[in-house]
Amino acid sequence: MNFSWDLLVNALITGIVLGGFYAATAIGITIEFGMLDIVNIAHPAFMIVGAYLAYLGWNSFGFDPFVAMVVFAPFGLFFGRAFYRAYHFFFERRGDESLQGLAFFFGVLFIIEIGLVLMFGVDYRSVPAPYAGSTLGLGLISVSWRMLIPFLVGLGMLGGIQLYLSRTFTGRTILAVAQDVEAVRLIGADPIRAKEIAFGIATASAIVAGILLIIIQPVEPSIGREYIGRTFAICVLGGMASIPGTLVAALLLRVAETLTTTFFAPSWSPAVSFGLLLVTLAFRPAGIFGR
Amino acid sequence: MSTQAAPAHEPRKSTLLPARFRSGFAIVLAGTVLVAATILVGSRVSEYYYLAAYTILQFIVLSTAWNILGGYGGYVNFGTAGFFAAGCYTTIVLNKLFQLPLLIDMSAAAAIAGLMGFGTGYLTLRLRGVFFSIATLALAIVLQTVVINWSFVGGARGVYVVRPEITGLFDSYAHFLVTLMVGLATCAVLAAWAVEKSWIGIGLAAIRDDETAAETSGVPSLRLKLIAATISGALMGMAGAPFPYYVTYIDPATAFSLAIALNSIAMPLVGGTATWWGPVVGAFMLGSVQQILTVTISSAANLFLVGVLLVVFVAAAPRGVVGIVRAWRRGHK
Amino acid sequence: MNVNILAAERISKRFDGFAALTDVDFILRKGERVGLIGPNGSGKSTLVNCLTGILTPDDGSITFDGADITAIPAWVRAKRGLARTYQIPRPFRGMSVQENIEVPLRFAVGHTSARTISDAAQFILHQVGLVDKAGRSPKVLTQVELRKLELGRALAAQPKVLIADEVMAGLSDSEVDEILALLTRLNAEGISILLIEHIMRAVMMFSQRIVVVVAGRKIADGLPDDVMQQDEVERAYLGE
Repeated sequence: MNFSWDLLVNALITGIVLGGFYAATAIGITIEFGMLDIVNIAHPAFMIVGAYLAYLGWNSFGFDPFVAMVVFAPFGLFFGRAFYRAYHFFFERRGDESLQGLAFFFGVLFIIEIGLVLMFGVDYRSVPAPYAGSTLGLGLISVSWRMLIPFLVGLGMLGGIQLYLSRTFTGRTILAVAQDVEAVRLIGADPIRAKEIAFGIATASAIVAGILLIIIQPVEPSIGREYIGRTFAICVLGGMASIPGTLVAALLLRVAETLTTTFFAPSWSPAVSFGLLLVTLAFRPAGIFGR
Repeated sequence: MSTQAAPAHEPRKSTLLPARFRSGFAIVLAGTVLVAATILVGSRVSEYYYLAAYTILQFIVLSTAWNILGGYGGYVNFGTAGFFAAGCYTTIVLNKLFQLPLLIDMSAAAAIAGLMGFGTGYLTLRLRGVFFSIATLALAIVLQTVVINWSFVGGARGVYVVRPEITGLFDSYAHFLVTLMVGLATCAVLAAWAVEKSWIGIGLAAIRDDETAAETSGVPSLRLKLIAATISGALMGMAGAPFPYYVTYIDPATAFSLAIALNSIAMPLVGGTATWWGPVVGAFMLGSVQQILTVTISSAANLFLVGVLLVVFVAAAPRGVVGIVRAWRRGHK
Repeated sequence: MNVNILAAERISKRFDGFAALTDVDFILRKGERVGLIGPNGSGKSTLVNCLTGILTPDDGSITFDGADITAIPAWVRAKRGLARTYQIPRPFRGMSVQENIEVPLRFAVGHTSARTISDAAQFILHQVGLVDKAGRSPKVLTQVELRKLELGRALAAQPKVLIADEVMAGLSDSEVDEILALLTRLNAEGISILLIEHIMRAVMMFSQRIVVVVAGRKIADGLPDDVMQQDEVERAYLGE
């Protein structure tokens, strides 16, 4: 272990900045699992699809990643809604087997990952955006824009979703569904439509998160699976259905991972997220901001 | 009013074997016959069929093992590859340290993988099923990382394994391995049948249907889940132990392969999770399809097809082939 | 000699700031018939869940048959003779009606012989009137029949205490009488019964003593006529 204060400060800064990105990856799970109780482990695969869409956009049309976000996020919204409709028809309606639901998402996860392998191969793909190379100096610290942009966009996305959920009628219906599905029916709203829109938003956030990912680093199809443990750990640690909770939890997790990587070994990353998840479930199952 | 004491439909009792044990007896009989047949056939069959048979038999063990906790109990293991690889690397470590007979390797693999199952279960089976599933995923990833960084077992480069000499009943070591696999598959299926019919299986079925109601009916749910997780893990480890001798060169990518992770879930779900013969049917069906297609399409495309079949079956035929057969039988009564 | 078969002392349970139960004392004497009433959401189900071990109270202790069971898991309590039904029936849907009854026979009581289990199950099915549905799936049962299955499963555990959680909700008058007769018979055989119910007629007829829980607190505990005349009870339960 090679300790120095410089290293520590750098690790903390990196951790916080990338934590913002982690929040962007996990917000979809907070919505899907925390609020709607849908165990969508294929969510990180949707994220990787977003990364590859950005790659295609860059290669074929010269799309800057920001343009890709604007172009492809609506696609995520549309696809997410259609996907939820299918899931609801085949699984939620039946109600009795959560085994089939979990296996279904596992199958989708694999279909997407292997589909990407078939289309693009296993090599790393990247989008070398011109601004990603430079750094921002803040006094003694310098942060690369490559990481700062996802941090800022991630924060913006979380803020936007929080506003939507708390200020619009559909948004508040979604929050109500998260608490009590029957009550929503009793007031005459359609919980299924609310869930559909929520799932669409979550998928759109996955697409955007994927585009942010490819700004940070090159991607290859199997990266998605690394994020399953992370996103669920962030969701639980953050209190399941809390958006501020998701942000704080994401920062904590990424800082913990960065510290582990810097001072111990990079390979223990998945253990960190899972360890944090276990500790949370054992001692404070409601998470940090839990209800 | 009839004064007859006996009810109207008294099933004719078998004098040799109670009905409950018939399936188990059939499994043992079939297994013994197959082992004997495999020994006798020897090298008269081309190496290619041995390869195909070994793979399918291995999948029978893995699917059956997965189903003991997944199908019977409702807890989904995403990290079958991790348990399988634990078995592989147990053999490799023991092989490097001592030169032990394969059966000892398999026993050690069973113990280690069983302990892994118990440990993972102990940490997470009190929680919702999804956290157990994520735990198994994390376990597989962490294990793979450990192996990649462990030069004693070859790290990322892998190791070569030399097959020992074999004499006696067997024409070649490959012949011995396939025979061993037939025996292991029989044991695995027998174990699944035994669990299913026993109080463990009944308790697991209650847990799967409604864990809370099961608890208040006296079912010790954590205990049963741990038993299932341990047996399941142990069988997976046993399936992995002979694998290094079979492939003779093994690296982390092969041991922790995607094919194992996906197939061990797809096969039971396609075949049917409710009973012991579902995973066997699923392993045969999907295993054969993949063996046939392997010469025509890439392995990635092969796996893609398995993924599609999994999704299609889970959506359209959630009870699998078992469900289809049972529905057909009911319709024809 | 302990005359209380089930006792809860100063039970409190909070769900992230929401106080579901606060300082609730409760006793059930051997052979007694007690009714537990209170508005929806007043904490009755939470209390039952704490008593049976589905939830762990934040404060307080629970004693059953002379032993402290506060830390004992639910399945052990069932084995010791504490049985319950569920407000919304929770049958094992993958099994037949008879197999549902056989689960507690096998696990709570500990029978091992298939013959004994089958015979005992048949007897219970007779007791609750579900013999002709023995081989059917719970998915085809009516509401009344599902309630009877709940009772049958609870009975199969050979309980000393039976907690009947809204077992008559939504039933017709004659069906209510049927269940009431069954419960009275069971009590005559020695089972102490805690009846949680909204149907006042049934509660008044059945109970030797009534406990009233409102907003997580016990506000009354005594003879049915006395309790129903108390101001707070009228206000909280019948008034608003």
